[in-house]
Amino acid sequence: MNMQQAIKMTAAETALVDAYTNQIGDLPGDGSVLSVRDTLVHELRTAGLPTRRVESWHYTDLRTLLRAVPAADPTAFADRVDALVPGSTVFSVRNGQVDLKGNLPEGVTVRSYVDSLLDGSATAGLAVLGFDDAIGRINGGLVRGGLEIAVAAETALEDPLEIQLVQSLGQAHTRFPVTFGANTKATVIERHLSTKDAESFVSSVSDVTLGEGADVIWIILQQQGSADTHLGQMRFDLGKNAKLHLFVINAGGKLVRQEIHGKTSGEGADFKLRGINLLGGESHTDVTFTLGHNVPHTTSTEIIRNVVFDRAKGVFQGKILVAKDAQKTDAKMACNTLLLSDDADLSAKPELEIFADDVQCGHGATVADIDHTQLFYLMARGVPENKARAMLVNAFVAEIVEELEDHEALVEALEEVISAWLDKHA
Amino acid sequence: MLEIKNLHARIAEDGTEIIRGLNLTVKAGEVAAIMGPNGSGKSTLSYILSGREDYEVTEGDILYNGESILELDASERAAKGIFLAFQYPVEIPGVATMQFLKVAMNEQRKYRGEDELTTPEFMRRVKEAAAELKIAPEMLRRPLNVGFSGGEKKRAEILQMSLLQPKLCVLDETDSGLDIDALKIVADGVNALRSPDRAVVVITHYQRLLDYIVPDSVHVLYKGQVIKSGDKTLAHELEANGYADIIEAAA
Repeated sequence: MNMQQAIKMTAAETALVDAYTNQIGDLPGDGSVLSVRDTLVHELRTAGLPTRRVESWHYTDLRTLLRAVPAADPTAFADRVDALVPGSTVFSVRNGQVDLKGNLPEGVTVRSYVDSLLDGSATAGLAVLGFDDAIGRINGGLVRGGLEIAVAAETALEDPLEIQLVQSLGQAHTRFPVTFGANTKATVIERHLSTKDAESFVSSVSDVTLGEGADVIWIILQQQGSADTHLGQMRFDLGKNAKLHLFVINAGGKLVRQEIHGKTSGEGADFKLRGINLLGGESHTDVTFTLGHNVPHTTSTEIIRNVVFDRAKGVFQGKILVAKDAQKTDAKMACNTLLLSDDADLSAKPELEIFADDVQCGHGATVADIDHTQLFYLMARGVPENKARAMLVNAFVAEIVEELEDHEALVEALEEVISAWLDKHA
Repeated sequence: MLEIKNLHARIAEDGTEIIRGLNLTVKAGEVAAIMGPNGSGKSTLSYILSGREDYEVTEGDILYNGESILELDASERAAKGIFLAFQYPVEIPGVATMQFLKVAMNEQRKYRGEDELTTPEFMRRVKEAAAELKIAPEMLRRPLNVGFSGGEKKRAEILQMSLLQPKLCVLDETDSGLDIDALKIVADGVNALRSPDRAVVVITHYQRLLDYIVPDSVHVLYKGQVIKSGDKTLAHELEANGYADIIEAAA
């Protein structure tokens, strides 16, 4: 591609570049941060949003799908909502504005991300992951809020930390570098909500580092409004014997791309991805995942369950890379889909790139309708067809949530989210 | 209670005719055994009675308490009191057994215009019925039929039957895969449900089960028709001589 040749910008591209231009002088950052921002927005201006010709965006042509971007409204107000799990420590972020009030559990420290932009310590983290990292580029150019959270070594948190992002309208671009010290134990709920039907555009990047022996459950629960665009990215790095159990639940939004990019850096690291995509209406939801098994003796499993109604479209791309030295890697990826209407659509693209020779890796994808034998069995016991179908759809995703059985309140809350969604859409 | 008249039915997908002019009457209070060689249409008959959509009735009728049930779907038939104990109970991961039992009982009650059961009342009934069938509480905490042994699955079917209190019970090869102890428990469960206002259709390949659930009538099914009916001695005759003589006599 000839980068010098100016493209004709789409309305959305123009709106994003304008959002930047209008805020020059106002966006937080020291000289180095501002220079990175400039570069990112320049790239956006010259290369444009990714199209289907960019391999990692093949099934989500962002340039075509993103028709417009609502202007930021600094006066917009959003309420905080109750924690998903009672007793959680809530970090409230409303329309991109961080609320630092509240008590912190012992061993947890927070700092406004704005301070890191202002003193330049955020600079390195603003780098994009590659030429195709449109989310990193948009977010890095426009980010103006977020939190740095650190959990001190040996801290075991009893109650979850909830990063609660509530959006009412307009734009928000946030970032959350989170570090877990050695042998920490924690549950984090990253929750994206909207309180109004008005259109909003949200980008959010979480950059998570797990030290040796850290054991973390991280839930990304996306329940934005039916007109919203959500661009999420999670980056993670797992140290020796660290365990990350990541749940991604999409139950909202109009145009959603959640990326997950991680690597294992210490032997014995274990990663689990569990995804539930509840898709309905005319929405487009993309979960794109890459994992680098970079050192020997690391394990991962990925299970994605998609339920697709109406004219919704879902995408799952999962790529596992096993480095040459990463012997004894054990990785398994599965993507199972229930297509519940003739117009529903799902594209799954699992990939393995293995450079080591002593590994166990596998992937599989299934697409099906409801199992008729199961449906008949339930009906033969007197359960009416609609209810029987709803039970089976629920069962298909409930299996994933059940893996959290040691966290009863969390399971209950997630089951509630799922059944409320199914009641509305099934 | 059950009247099957000149029933013809085929597999919906490929049109293969399985039931070819079947006639059968079962009265309230009666236990009728249906026997027959493999492929005679026994299981198909059980599916057609319970309303499985993979089969199409092309001719004839099925009357239940004097009314045709052909237009009712499986859940409506169940709510009206028709119960099929499956030969192969279906595993449903993600559906908790207790939740399933509660939904099934309450949906049937709703259909009949009755109040839903309170949770304590539901628990009491399940506990009682499970104890009778020697079903351990751990089993009920698992997802529906998942990880159950063959015998546990059959006992779970009878548990459902005793909780739902159907009027017409169809048992499809309930004896298959059961050892003698399990067979006795299952048979006791069925016998406990025998009553003057309830009919039981026992579909079986072997006479063995009929030693424990003694039938009032025995019907031999062959190529989708009842070719001979009699009392329980017919079952013994079949056990001793096989099906060949009867099939030949009917031809």
